Amino acid sequence: TALCYVRPHNGARAVPLAGHVGFDSMPDQLVNKSVNHGFCFNILCVGETGLGKSTLMDTLFNTKFEGEPTQHNQPGVTLKSNTYELQESNVRLKLTVVNTVGFGDQINKEDSYKSIVEFIDAQFEAYLQEELKIKRTLHSYHDTRIHACLYFIAPTGHSLKSLDLVTMKKLDSKVNIIPIIAKSDAISKSELAKFKIKITSELVSNGVQIYQFPTDDESVAEINSTMNVSHLPFAVVGSTEEVKIGNKMVKARQYPWGTVQVENENHCDFVKLREMLIRVNMEDLREQTHTRHYELYRRCKLEEMGFKDTDPDSKPFSLQETYEAKRNEFMGELQKKEEEMRQMFVQRVKEKEAELKEAEKELHEKFDRLKKLHQDEKKKLEEKKKSLDDELNTFKQKKTAAELLQNQAQQAGGSTTLKRDKERKK
Amino acid sequence: HTERPQQQKNLEGYVGFANLPNQVYRKSVKRGFEFTLMVVGESGLGKSTMINSLFLTDLYSTDYPGPSHRIKKTVQVEQSKVLVKEGGVHLLLTIVDTPGFGDAVDNSNCWQPVTDHIDSKFEDYLNAESRVNRRQMPDNRVHCCLYFIAPSGHGLKPLDIEFMKRLHEKVNIIPLIAKADTMTPEECQQFKKQIMKEIQEHKIKIYEFPEIDDEEEMKIIRKIKDRLPLAVVGSNTIIEVSGKRVRGRQYPWGVAEVENGEHCDFTILRNMLIRTHMQDLKDVTNNVHYENYRSKKLAAVTYNGVDNNKNKGQLTKSPLAQMEEERREHVAKMKKMEQEMEQVFEMKVKEKLQKLKDSEAELKRRHEQMKKNLEAQHKELEEKRHQHEEEKASWEAQQRILEQQKLDASRLKQNKKVNIFIDQQ
Repeated sequence: TALCYVRPHNGARAVPLAGHVGFDSMPDQLVNKSVNHGFCFNILCVGETGLGKSTLMDTLFNTKFEGEPTQHNQPGVTLKSNTYELQESNVRLKLTVVNTVGFGDQINKEDSYKSIVEFIDAQFEAYLQEELKIKRTLHSYHDTRIHACLYFIAPTGHSLKSLDLVTMKKLDSKVNIIPIIAKSDAISKSELAKFKIKITSELVSNGVQIYQFPTDDESVAEINSTMNVSHLPFAVVGSTEEVKIGNKMVKARQYPWGTVQVENENHCDFVKLREMLIRVNMEDLREQTHTRHYELYRRCKLEEMGFKDTDPDSKPFSLQETYEAKRNEFMGELQKKEEEMRQMFVQRVKEKEAELKEAEKELHEKFDRLKKLHQDEKKKLEEKKKSLDDELNTFKQKKTAAELLQNQAQQAGGSTTLKRDKERKK
Repeated sequence: HTERPQQQKNLEGYVGFANLPNQVYRKSVKRGFEFTLMVVGESGLGKSTMINSLFLTDLYSTDYPGPSHRIKKTVQVEQSKVLVKEGGVHLLLTIVDTPGFGDAVDNSNCWQPVTDHIDSKFEDYLNAESRVNRRQMPDNRVHCCLYFIAPSGHGLKPLDIEFMKRLHEKVNIIPLIAKADTMTPEECQQFKKQIMKEIQEHKIKIYEFPEIDDEEEMKIIRKIKDRLPLAVVGSNTIIEVSGKRVRGRQYPWGVAEVENGEHCDFTILRNMLIRTHMQDLKDVTNNVHYENYRSKKLAAVTYNGVDNNKNKGQLTKSPLAQMEEERREHVAKMKKMEQEMEQVFEMKVKEKLQKLKDSEAELKRRHEQMKKNLEAQHKELEEKRHQHEEEKASWEAQQRILEQQKLDASRLKQNKKVNIFIDQQ
């Protein structure tokens, strides 16, 4: 259903019609379409184990739904949902009943409400995802969003439990809450009146927003406002057993002291609940879920993701601009990260290169030193060689000189002899 | 949570949800209805008169003259909004007129203002739907386009075909033969057959009646289908015919009655357009034409204008999810790039280190060699020296012996000399 509201309207002039045009069939056309399409309704029952949630559903819808009574030993709260195709006259209804299993059974109930909130949000999320898809099929989408939450209050006769207040406070902005007093045949009439007043005042003083039956449409305003004011919360009794009263079989609970007739308005508010929930306001419950609770969820989710409208009174908001802006934003971020990474690499490369150059330099220096050492060694060696050569030369000369002398001496020995002879001769 | 498949249940006794249709009825009346009807055709085809006849009102009157009374040079798109009430039901009716269409000598692209208008209404709706804070969105989208075909009797004009081809995927087109009172029934029949043939040939998708379960209703619908396109006559004047006051056109030879089914298909048009299928026209606009526009628009935005056929399968994601995926892809790509760069870096470093190592090894080797060389030379030198030393030593020793001999000899000589001296004395 689109969010279209026509009235009030400026800019259009009213013109009289000179005859029957026939567009007064539009509501019928719309109704026919809806009937052909079928309706869908999802109820969530929240309440402690043993408060007759399943029985009440069976009684309300005049049928036996699935399920066995649950034990009290559940470790946490889980939600079980079942979908049924019902038909009444020519109207097909796809009804989903969701039950909270294990609610109120734990010693520490601090987190009891969490799985319920998560479940409700999950249905909103699924719808939102479908709505945001590029190729979507909204008109054939099976809407699983919770349209009504029946909150079962234990018939203590005193007041609400703190678990009740905490849970309802967490749920009141997410779902239409209809609190009911369960198994109210355990409370006497006078106690009941006081109980209802106590409950209502506790809800008000804790700021819990329960569902108000709409009073804007004249045809139902009266009955709805009466209910809102005088009868909430409904005190109900459920039963699928039938007892013969007079010559009719009626749904009832038989006690030794009397029979509680479910559909007797003097005995309990079951009929009122059925009237309000199903016959009069079912469509409004769906509408409120879609236009109020879902829109709130959607708005929060989109804001969380960083979307926001431009100034509502200035240029109309362009989807394309937002998407592109968002896209550019994160593309920009990614680019930046990429750049940073590159820069880091460039830096590392530079550093490493410098390192390696340093190492290379050191290496060359080392070998230059060694080379120099070598040069020195070589030089020394050369010198040594030279000196040895010199020595050799000197020695050679000496030797040669000595030999020469010896030769001379030998000759002189002969010549010395000659000399002696010469001297003798003198 | 757990969910089981759906089950069929029979009710025993009254529950009350059979009253749902009434609840829907009630709420819809309270909300009111809106409808936008576009009329397209050359001037003089009786479009304004048709609107007045359809809605039994002087939408276009002397106070609010129709577009035909205003001369246009180019094709304009004009809107008139009126509020009409009937049987407690309020209808906000918007009539979109296209004066100037097909009237120029060169009519190329005369459909452009029309498509632009339709698209801009889709765009407005899309933007309103996409806001974070959504308020009540009026539905100004064009729900139906009545296309007036001139009663030439032959077939569709090229302009007719071109226009319908351009618009059949944007709006529900209902082609009408205008001024049907200029043709005899036989001529009309021929003309209709020819037009439908051409429409099929050119694969033009005109508005189709939805199938419904009711056999009776379907029979009626099939009869209507046989009479397409509807040939209509409109009139602003009431004439008295056989005591009845009817809308009609007075000729010397008789009165062509607008609402007489044997004279023209006006009644069929009115019933279908207003009394039975108005809601369906809106639904088809919303579920088909608008969704087509939206998905094309969003795909363009998401993929930055590139028509990626390979991404068609991903169109079931929302643009946000698409962006998220794109972001993840980009991050993955960056990681990969980082890894690659890291690898290259490591490899280069390794290479360089290896080179350095090799260089070091080489230098070391050379150094070793030089050292060895020097050492060898040293050794050689040592040996030489050693040899020399030995030689010198031995020679010196020899010399000493010789010296000694010489000395001894010379001493002997000296002694001899002395002896001689002694002898001589």
